[in-house]
Amino acid sequence: MKLSRVLPLAGIAAVGASAAQAETITVATVNNNDMVIMQGLTDAFEQAHPDITLDWVVLEENVLRQRLTTDIATGGGQFDVMTIGTYEVPIWAERDWLAPLDDLPEDYRVDDLLQSVRDGLSEDGTLHALPFYAESSMMYYRQDLFDAAGIEVPEQPTWQQVRDWAETLHAPDEQTYGICLRGKPGWGENMALVSTMINTFGGRWFDMDWNPQIDSPAWQEAIGFYVDLLGNYGPPGASSNGFNENLALFSRGNCAIWVDATSAAGKLYDADESRVADQLGFAPAPVAETPKGSHWLWSWALAIPATSDSRDAAREFITWATSQEYVELVGEQEGWTSVPPGTRKSTYENPDYQEAAPFADFVLQAIQDADPTDATQEPAPYIGVQFVGIPEFQSIGTQVGQMVASALTGETSVEQALQAAQRATQRTVERAGYQD
Amino acid sequence: MTTARTKSLPSSHAAPLTQRAPWLGILRSRRLWLGVLGWSVALLIFFPIFWMVLTGFKTEAEAIAEPSLVFSPTLESYDAVQNRAGYARFAINSVVVAFGSTLLALLIAIPAAYSMAFLPTRRTKGTLLWMLSTKMLPPVGVLVPIYLLFRDVGLLDTRTGLVIVYTLMNLPIVVWMLYTFFKDMPRDILEAGRMDGASTLQEVLYLLLPLTLPGIASTGLLSVILSWNEAFWSLNLTSSQAAPLTAYIASFSSPEGLFWAKLSAASTMAIAPILVFGWLTQKQMVRGLTFGAVK
Repeated sequence: MKLSRVLPLAGIAAVGASAAQAETITVATVNNNDMVIMQGLTDAFEQAHPDITLDWVVLEENVLRQRLTTDIATGGGQFDVMTIGTYEVPIWAERDWLAPLDDLPEDYRVDDLLQSVRDGLSEDGTLHALPFYAESSMMYYRQDLFDAAGIEVPEQPTWQQVRDWAETLHAPDEQTYGICLRGKPGWGENMALVSTMINTFGGRWFDMDWNPQIDSPAWQEAIGFYVDLLGNYGPPGASSNGFNENLALFSRGNCAIWVDATSAAGKLYDADESRVADQLGFAPAPVAETPKGSHWLWSWALAIPATSDSRDAAREFITWATSQEYVELVGEQEGWTSVPPGTRKSTYENPDYQEAAPFADFVLQAIQDADPTDATQEPAPYIGVQFVGIPEFQSIGTQVGQMVASALTGETSVEQALQAAQRATQRTVERAGYQD
Repeated sequence: MTTARTKSLPSSHAAPLTQRAPWLGILRSRRLWLGVLGWSVALLIFFPIFWMVLTGFKTEAEAIAEPSLVFSPTLESYDAVQNRAGYARFAINSVVVAFGSTLLALLIAIPAAYSMAFLPTRRTKGTLLWMLSTKMLPPVGVLVPIYLLFRDVGLLDTRTGLVIVYTLMNLPIVVWMLYTFFKDMPRDILEAGRMDGASTLQEVLYLLLPLTLPGIASTGLLSVILSWNEAFWSLNLTSSQAAPLTAYIASFSSPEGLFWAKLSAASTMAIAPILVFGWLTQKQMVRGLTFGAVK
């Protein structure tokens, strides 16, 4: 055999040998800005851990959710680290699909994690995922428009006030709309916001015997209010607007008020992306009958599936990506408005962050206040502020979301939509055996 | 138009009218209207692609601003996209999987279509219909069984796995198309070959294939395009090693954050190879698709 043929083979063998030494872990994540930054810091992790190589799978949120659910439910074992939310963690942990994270190293400082976020990611008191970033919801408004109209925003606005302000400031001819809210149907889209409205109007998804409460007066009032508000003072085609569309509208200056995720604050303050950076006002999410459940709690977390062959390496990675050192690394390299918010007390105690993010205390307060175990005026059998922590909720929430959207477009009346939603939900919980 | 037609009715020849007013003749020509219609439909179909290419050259802020044709083009998004994920790895997977599955499908489908076209039994029609009926099932219905099978035989996240799935996915269409092309071929030619002592293999290789080449080529091209664009199986059965360009695009879409320019840049890069390929082979495709259409 000629030497020229042998050499490449020897090269391949050498590469194979060195690759065998480094353990490769496959990390599945969503394409949100904070995760893109994490992916960009791969080198920093690999330098500190030369025996671990990271392989990324980045997908759109809904695609990722379906992809991960298929893999974990069938024990496919394709991933070593999964990015999942507060909704999935308790459900998956209960089925022993996730590796419990009970013996975390001391220097990880578990106590530094915000309690409400920790609770959301625990099953029977044991963490099953580590929070990467967390968010609540809040109200953003255009300070310049409010000043011009002489409106003072109180410390805690109510939905009724929001409606009055939206009516005053609605100027569709100038492409300034009174309010922007989520209208795109989906359990994580319109129903996230709508559920917080239902909570604060005194409603709940189910009573203690799992009877759906969708045709109750509180729901009628909340949905009627939402449809009237967004239908009359919202942008045209509001029923197809989700977080992204509203972010685009608000940052272009087309909305006077917007109620949505606290994680939008960093983007709205970024003068490169937002035209309203210097006119931004913010307030807590509006309330109605009760302050309970008026703002949501969501966190994106990193978990290790029980099927992973590289649990130790995966644990090295997730403790690194959710550590205080990681937050500081991002702060130094990407700027302090870009650090993953809402997970650690130390982030909020950091003077650099406090200076860069005037909304910091505010967000911290909202996240700490949100209580997924007590989010409704009357007692409810489920955990979750803007969702119901049962596997069936993805389909229930999306179905009801579609009916709410059809009421918003005027295709059906609010009453008809809620009756249909009540029937559909009743069927689903009956079939799933919750009422037995 | 209507009045012009009524006026021209008494005259038995259209020529004098055209001489009097040439523009009227042009307006009445069917070719012109068909041309206008054709161009309108083509522009309508092409516009989203054009807009995507344009958006890829904008900044993220311009991408969400009021739609405008005037802007200073930038390669910023292409740069960001390239920095985040290696395009080449995904592109190679796409090429291997699309062409591999097409080749395999043709290898299986040519003998199948031959026997159905030239040696039909009373069940042939039923078999053909049954094959097509497998395309009517939503793929998600068989996702879990296929996922479990692939897990057990170790085909998850492999190009071999995708080639197999795509071959099976396109096989009904490929067999159907080849069957119609083969059926249109005069049987006498094959019989003449047989008289001269050709074996079945020789008959297929030296008579059938050369004569139906345009049809086979267009079937193959269609199969390549379908495999290239397939997004359900490629997203669900791959993770990092075998992920093709559809997964590459999916990694730039997001419900939280502004990624329009980057998404457009990634999409443009993902469709560019197949667009050029389709462009170069459009003659064969059109010839193949209209092959035997006029009898």
